[in-house]
Amino acid sequence: MTDLPQSIDATLDLLGRGGYVADRALATVLFLSLKMRRPLFLEGEAGVGKTEIAKVLSATLGRPLIRLQCYEGLDMASAVYEWNYAAQMVEIRIAEAAGTRDRAEIAGDVFSERFLIKRPILKALEPTVDGRSPVLLIDELDRADEAFEAFLLEVLADAQVTIPEFGTVKAAEPPLVVITTNRTREIHDALKRRCLYHWVDYPDAERELAILRTKVPGAAETLARQVVAFVQGLRALDLFKAPGVAETLDWAAALAELDKLALDPETVSDTLGVLLKYQDDIAKVRDGEVGRLVEEVRRKAAAG
Amino acid sequence: MSAPGADPWREHRLAENVALFGRVLRRAGLPVGPATVVDAVEALIAAGVGSRDDLYWTLHAVFVTKRDHHAVFDEAFRSFWRARGLVQKLIAMLSPVAPPRAPAEPPKAGANRVAKALFGEAAADRVVEKPEIEIDARMTFSQKEILQARDFAQMSADEILYAKRAIRDLVLPVDRVPSRRKVATARGREIDLRRTIRASLRSGGGIIPLAFREPKTVHPPIVALVDISGSMSQYSRLFLHFLHALSERRRVSTFLFGTRLSNVTRPLATRDPDEALAACSAAVPDWSGGTRISEALRLFNRDWSRRVLSGGPIVLLITDGLEREGLDGLARETDRLHRSCRRLIWLNPLLRFDGFEARAGGIRAMLPHVDEFRPIHSLAAVADLCGALDGSAAERFDPRRWLRQVA
Repeated sequence: MTDLPQSIDATLDLLGRGGYVADRALATVLFLSLKMRRPLFLEGEAGVGKTEIAKVLSATLGRPLIRLQCYEGLDMASAVYEWNYAAQMVEIRIAEAAGTRDRAEIAGDVFSERFLIKRPILKALEPTVDGRSPVLLIDELDRADEAFEAFLLEVLADAQVTIPEFGTVKAAEPPLVVITTNRTREIHDALKRRCLYHWVDYPDAERELAILRTKVPGAAETLARQVVAFVQGLRALDLFKAPGVAETLDWAAALAELDKLALDPETVSDTLGVLLKYQDDIAKVRDGEVGRLVEEVRRKAAAG
Repeated sequence: MSAPGADPWREHRLAENVALFGRVLRRAGLPVGPATVVDAVEALIAAGVGSRDDLYWTLHAVFVTKRDHHAVFDEAFRSFWRARGLVQKLIAMLSPVAPPRAPAEPPKAGANRVAKALFGEAAADRVVEKPEIEIDARMTFSQKEILQARDFAQMSADEILYAKRAIRDLVLPVDRVPSRRKVATARGREIDLRRTIRASLRSGGGIIPLAFREPKTVHPPIVALVDISGSMSQYSRLFLHFLHALSERRRVSTFLFGTRLSNVTRPLATRDPDEALAACSAAVPDWSGGTRISEALRLFNRDWSRRVLSGGPIVLLITDGLEREGLDGLARETDRLHRSCRRLIWLNPLLRFDGFEARAGGIRAMLPHVDEFRPIHSLAAVADLCGALDGSAAERFDPRRWLRQVA
């Protein structure tokens, strides 16, 4: 169990301890979100490390991670709470058999916490064993439909949920909320308004190399440098989907598995599928760009 | 001068300066309300200001809610805080060592808007270079991008009449798809347990009247890509009225393209149709200029397709397809667009000619990749567009028919 960081530098340290190499912009917005108890809204391309931030927070702060993966049609019953209908039905039958006829009494009994099935958001409003609020990750919010965003407004603004039959459940200490989106659609301003916003961009070469060293320690130094230079070169091309950090790490790990110490055009061609996920992109890069990029990477390495 | 030991934040009028800065951002087009300013002050107090960077990113965290706003914020920050020497004052207060001054940089994106917001119209020209008319050498058929805000909000009486009639006749009978959300129904296949339990409690649990639910059906969203080059502008104008009417009933994203691609979804959402179209024309600099279809589709596929093509939309592409260069690219981009939507419907005013043949290279490049090929040749054809949306494609709109004729 670790206390929340008290400065931007402490936040950077905290992320560093969790193996997350962050820039100062991200550390600032994260620190503010923790300090001001505001949800953190992270937007960016797939694979730049948005979800990872929540995981690292949970690990370094020693708080449980509650994850809500969003999808189209996600509704309150799967995200917030549901009633245990079968148990309720049995309870009604028992009450009936016992001769209870008072409707208010039955209703009060049936709609009590005993019959409440808690889903991620309701769980996140309860303190954990040692009294600290958990980390709530609302992942890929853009996958859910607009109607779902309205549910979230109350949770995000006041850390509370209203259950019609039961009343309002309010967290003693609001959870640490991280929301991620890949921008497959725009999120409503009302929701963004309640959060601190940050665009997570692809890292620069230096930071990407630092990430690679942390995450794939098995990769040789030359290979790591070349991999980063190659991927940075790819991102400068006009691709449909540029490779993210996750792809860089996968690729470096794959090349390390193949016992490669440096890049050569054949290996690159054979393993492009790890980096690029669209056939058009692969074809485009394979037809002519591979040789040029590898050459450039080698030249840079020789010069630097 | 305040008494020694007074709150340093108060002494330097932090709140006032942040409020002023917020107003500058608002005038520059960022959605900054009073609550945001309060947040910003809170954030500054929470973070403390250790360096120019920290001040920058702290304010950034609160004021910027969209990636597109970053450039404007950046410019506003540089102009506002440096001009007043406030950063230095704030940092000097909290740090024993004065930070080095940043060297002057060339003007960046958003500079013009921010300069206007800060100093009014008169000063704007001092900060940025004079606007130039862009001349694109690659365009052979329309060499100049005509930078004008043409007033297309003024429709003729006939146009209004037809548009209104089309809107009144707008019936979308089978244009619905089931969503994953459920709604309560009187009868159906799936039992709604929650309502059933509640209903049974009403009778003290004695009777259990079954309640049902079923998937809700919704209109699929519509994405419209509208060509506003010179030859197309009169059709586009009317078509925008149609889209405006449609957007009151379902999710519609609208893009205009000529020499550039502009997203006019927000301007078009203005309630009054004339105001909406005026806002659109104000937002688009290249009305009635040339067109580069291939480039427009490429930009759409790259920058927007992932953002607006969720939920399986119907894409309406309104263009005459008269592209003369980069036909490979055109075919590839149309194909990409086709693969990422529910249905791709091409509306082409050239079909108004009886002897129309799909001989033009651009048209032949695009035709194999669309699901329907329809005319929008007359005002009455607007009403016909409703038919284009209901999914019952007639054989005469099959694009392969045109390709067979040419072959």
